[in-house]
Amino acid sequence: MSTYLPSLAGGLLIGLSAAMLLLLNGRIAGISGLVAGLGRPAGTRWLADAAFLFGLVLGPPAFALLAGHWPEMRIAAALPVLALAGLLVGFGTRLGSGCTSGHGVCGLARLSPRSIAAVLVFLATGMLTVAAARVLA
Amino acid sequence: MSAALRILAALAAGFTFGLGLALSGMLDPARVRGFLDVAGAWDPSLIFVLGGAVTVSGLGYLLSRRLAGPVLDARFDLPTRRRIDAPLLLGAALFGIGWGLSGFCPGPAVAALSTGAIPVLVFVVAMLIGMALHGLLPTAAAGSPRGVSPPA
Repeated sequence: MSTYLPSLAGGLLIGLSAAMLLLLNGRIAGISGLVAGLGRPAGTRWLADAAFLFGLVLGPPAFALLAGHWPEMRIAAALPVLALAGLLVGFGTRLGSGCTSGHGVCGLARLSPRSIAAVLVFLATGMLTVAAARVLA
Repeated sequence: MSAALRILAALAAGFTFGLGLALSGMLDPARVRGFLDVAGAWDPSLIFVLGGAVTVSGLGYLLSRRLAGPVLDARFDLPTRRRIDAPLLLGAALFGIGWGLSGFCPGPAVAALSTGAIPVLVFVVAMLIGMALHGLLPTAAAGSPRGVSPPA
């Protein structure tokens, strides 16, 4: 399928990013943690975390320049649902110490038991939520 | 000098991450929800994103184990907690529900701010509020920051 190759290539780039941040700066590329850390300004580390997030935001426009079109983004959820989802994602990733990147990309790579548990749980509740939404729709 | 290099390295790594997300299809909530829709029209393609990312990230981790420290800083800052506890599982469960409802997790949502789309902004602002609400918990203030906590 034509969607598998870009997905694999994109995944390799994401893994490369995590490897770069670890090998160069000694840091875990966990986006929720980096975002939460923005609220505590503290020297060079804060600047580096902010620079990572700034680079992250530049990624899609760079893709658009190279590919000639923006990446596809189809958002079905209504704004109140998105707001509720955002609250759950923000609160949940802090309580659970990570998200798809910190626990998924970085934690699974380290075979961290905590991250393996977290990934299994958020995949399960994510799948259940989509299934429930399908039944209710 | 090395402080400036660290900031530059972080910028390059973030840019690589954002480019990877844009290429991978993770910025498309409909694709993400299709990946989570195992009981319906399941789209397995995003397994390749995670598979590719974990493979390269794992190689980086294996390499890091052979080094005394990172190239541009004094030491590796890795999570030290080992215990699978209730906050981890409850937090992951809540995150999964939000992920399933929206199709957004933090990385793609932050990257997608560049599109200027209002729904993305609403999600990210709500996410920041959710993070701030967690910061108000008494346990959150008492908890040790990542990398500094004693081994459990």
